Amino acid sequence: MRADEAHGRKSLLSKRFEDFCAVTTDSPRPPPRRTFSLALGGPQLKGLLWQILVVGMALAIIAFLWSNTVHNLSARRISTGFAFLGREAGMPIADSLLSYSPKDTYFWAFVVGIANTLRVAVIGIVLATILGTLIGISRLSANWLLSRLAAVYVEVLRDIPLLLQLLFWYVLMQALPAARAAWRPIDGIFLSNRGLILPSIPIGEGQLGVLGAAALGALVFYIIRRALIAQQMRDGKPRAAWPFALGLIVVLPALVSWQLGVRWTIAWPELRGFNFVGGLTLAPEYFALLIALVTYTSAFIAEIVRSGIQSVPRGQWDAANALGLRRSFMLRQIILPQALRVIVPPMTSQYLNLTKNSSLAVAIGYQDVVSIANTTLNQTGQAIEAIALIMAVFLTISLSISFFMNWYNARIALVER
Amino acid sequence: MTAITDIPDTARARRPQSGNRVLRWLRANLFSSIPNGIITLVLFAVLAKGVVSFVQWGIANAVWLTPANDSSACRAARGLGACWAVIPEKYRFILFGTYPFDEQWRPALAVVLFIALFYVSSRRAWWRRELVYLWIAALALISVLMWGGVLGLSFVSQDRWGGLPVTLILATFGLAFGFPLGILVALGRRSKLPAIRSLCVLYVELIRGVPLVSLLFMASVMFPLFMPGGFNIDKLLRAQIAIILFAGAYLAEVIRGGLQAVPRGQYEAADALGLSYWRKQRLIILPQAIRHVIPPLVNTFIAFFKDTSLVLIIGIFDLLTTAKTAIIDPAWQQFSVEVYIFIAAIYFAFCFAMSRYSRSLEAQATVS
Repeated sequence: MRADEAHGRKSLLSKRFEDFCAVTTDSPRPPPRRTFSLALGGPQLKGLLWQILVVGMALAIIAFLWSNTVHNLSARRISTGFAFLGREAGMPIADSLLSYSPKDTYFWAFVVGIANTLRVAVIGIVLATILGTLIGISRLSANWLLSRLAAVYVEVLRDIPLLLQLLFWYVLMQALPAARAAWRPIDGIFLSNRGLILPSIPIGEGQLGVLGAAALGALVFYIIRRALIAQQMRDGKPRAAWPFALGLIVVLPALVSWQLGVRWTIAWPELRGFNFVGGLTLAPEYFALLIALVTYTSAFIAEIVRSGIQSVPRGQWDAANALGLRRSFMLRQIILPQALRVIVPPMTSQYLNLTKNSSLAVAIGYQDVVSIANTTLNQTGQAIEAIALIMAVFLTISLSISFFMNWYNARIALVER
Repeated sequence: MTAITDIPDTARARRPQSGNRVLRWLRANLFSSIPNGIITLVLFAVLAKGVVSFVQWGIANAVWLTPANDSSACRAARGLGACWAVIPEKYRFILFGTYPFDEQWRPALAVVLFIALFYVSSRRAWWRRELVYLWIAALALISVLMWGGVLGLSFVSQDRWGGLPVTLILATFGLAFGFPLGILVALGRRSKLPAIRSLCVLYVELIRGVPLVSLLFMASVMFPLFMPGGFNIDKLLRAQIAIILFAGAYLAEVIRGGLQAVPRGQYEAADALGLSYWRKQRLIILPQAIRHVIPPLVNTFIAFFKDTSLVLIIGIFDLLTTAKTAIIDPAWQQFSVEVYIFIAAIYFAFCFAMSRYSRSLEAQATVS
C-alpha cells in the first residue's frame, strides 16, 4: 500500500520534472533524478494539498452557513430576493437633496440614502483636507503658541472615539436656542436648534447654464495652460496664463449670463412663526455629523501633512533658497510636489475612513444609506438583502476613491530616469 | 503663511543676543516677525477667552455635590456652571453597567488586571514566549472574575455586564484572537499558492471596504440566520466575533508590512538550513517582522479600542452606551455634556498613554 503510494507519487513527480525540463532548460544531461524530484516536487505537492485543504474548509463553512440560512429563512417564511425594492417604502426621510415622499419605493429611498451619504462624505473630505492642511502647517510653525495649540488639537481629537464626539456635537446642537432666539454671528446666518441656516442663491436653468460655461472655460484653460508649460519647457520663456484664466473662467460665464438674461438673486432666510423660510438649511443632524467627521479626520490629516512636509530633505529647502526662488514658488514647485508623494497614499485611507465613518449617522438619526437600510431591515425583515446593499454601496465608493487616488498618485509619483 | 521651523534662518541666528532669557525666548518663539506677533496676540486673546469661560463654567460656577438623586441645585445653575454632581451620582452605573452592585469589585479588579496586562506587555524585557502564556492566564482569570460560578463567586450572566470592562474585553479579546488570525492571513496573502492568496485578499479587502457598523449589524441580525435552528449565542459574543474578524483584517495588513520589511536573505538563509515552512516563519521570519511593526500595531489597537464604542448602535452596554443610558434618567437628562466629558477623559487616558508609548518606540527604533 505504502509502496504503491510512493510509486504513484514518484511517477507524478517525474512527469512534472520532465515538464520542468522541457520549458526551462535545454541541458543535455539532467542531474540525478531522485534528489532533484524531491526538492522540486515536495513543496509543489504539499502546496496543492494545502490549497485543497484551505479552499475545501472555506467552501465547507460557506455551505454550512448557506444551508442554515436557507433553512432558517424558509422556517420564518421570509422570501429572498430584491423584489421588496419595488414596494412602497412608507418611511419618512426628513433631510434629503432629492425629492422624496413616503409613497416612493424602497429603491428610491436607497437612492436618497446614497445621495445623503455622498453629500456628507464629499463635503466632509473637502473641508477636512483644508482644515487638516492648515493645522498640519500650523504644527510646523515657528510660532510656539500656534504649534502647541495645533498639537493639542490633534492629540485631543485623535484620542477620543468619533462616535462619542458625534454624540457630543449633537447634544450641543440640541442645546442651542430655539429658532426665535437664534444666534446671528453675521447678518443672514442663523444658528439655532433647527440647525445652521445660510443665505443661498437659487439655482435655475439659466444659472446652471452659466455654471456649465464656467466649467467648460476651466477645462479649456487647463488644456491651454498645459500647452503653455510645454512651450516653456521647449524654449525656456515664461508665458503669462492669467489672461486666459480671466477670459475663460470670468468673462465667458459673465457674457453667457448677460446673453441669457439670468437674474442672480440671494435668498435671505427669514424667521416666520417658529421656523425659517428661504435660504439653505443644514439640519442639526447633518451639521453635527459634518462637524464631527471634519474635525476628527482633520486631526489625522494634519499629522499626514506634517510628516509629508518634514519628509522633504533639508537640502531641498537650502537649494531652493540658494537659487533665490520666491517663497510661494519654492513651496509650489519644489517642496509640495515632493511632499505630496509621501502624503497621498495615507490621505487615501483617511478619505476612505471618513466615508466609512459617515455610517455613524445612524446613531443620531441622519438618514444616510446605512440608516435607511436599517429601517428597511426592520420593516421588511430582508436582512441579507439590506446588508448586501450597504456593503455593495460602500465597496463601490471605496473602490472609486482608491481608483481615483491611485491614478492621482501615479501621476505625481517620482519619474525615474 | 508662517515660517516653518525646519528652515534655517541665518539672519535670526546671527542677531545679537540681548536682554534676558525670557525676553529672548518670547522674541524668538512668539514675536519673530510682525505677522507672527499678530498671530500670537490673536491666539492669545482667543485662548484666554476660552480658558476664562471654561473655568467659569467648569470650576467657579460648577455644582460638585448634591444630595442623592436630587438635581435641583444643578438645574438652578444650568447655563452658568457645570453639574459635576452627576458623576458621583452615576459613576457606578457608567463604569460597570447593571453588574450586581455588591459584586462590582469583580469588574473593577478585571479593569486593574487589564491595565496590568497592558503595562507588562509594553515592557521590552517581557517580549518573550512567556508573554503568550501570561496573556492566556490573565484572560482566563478575567473571564472567571466576570462570569463567576466557581470559587464561591456567584454567576453573573453576560447580559448584565457593562461599562468599562466590556469596552476593555471587546478590544483586548479582539486583539488576542485577531492577532493570530491576522498572522495567518498575512502569511496567506504573501503565499505562493494562488488559491490561498486570493482567499486572503478577498477577506481583507471585503472587511476593509465596508464600515464596522455594517459588520456589527450583520453580527446582530444575520448571525442568528447563519446558525442551525435552536442554536443561538449571546449578543456580546456575536459583537466580539465581528470585532475579531474586523481586527484580523486590519492587523493582517500591518503584519504584511512587517513581512515585507524582512530582507530576502533571511528567507533564503532559512531555506538553506532546510527548515520547514512553519518552522521558518515561526523561528526566523515572524519574530523579525513583528518587531518591525510594533508601533503600527499599537496604533491599530488604539483605533479599534476607539471603534469598540460602535457597539452602541447594536445596543451592547459598553462604556459609551452606559453613559448614554445613565442620562436617560429625567432628573439628570440635561447634563449629558458633563457625562460625555467624563467618559471622553477615560477614553483619552487609555488612548493617549498608548499613543505616547507607540511614539517612544518609534523614537527608539530611529535611534538604534
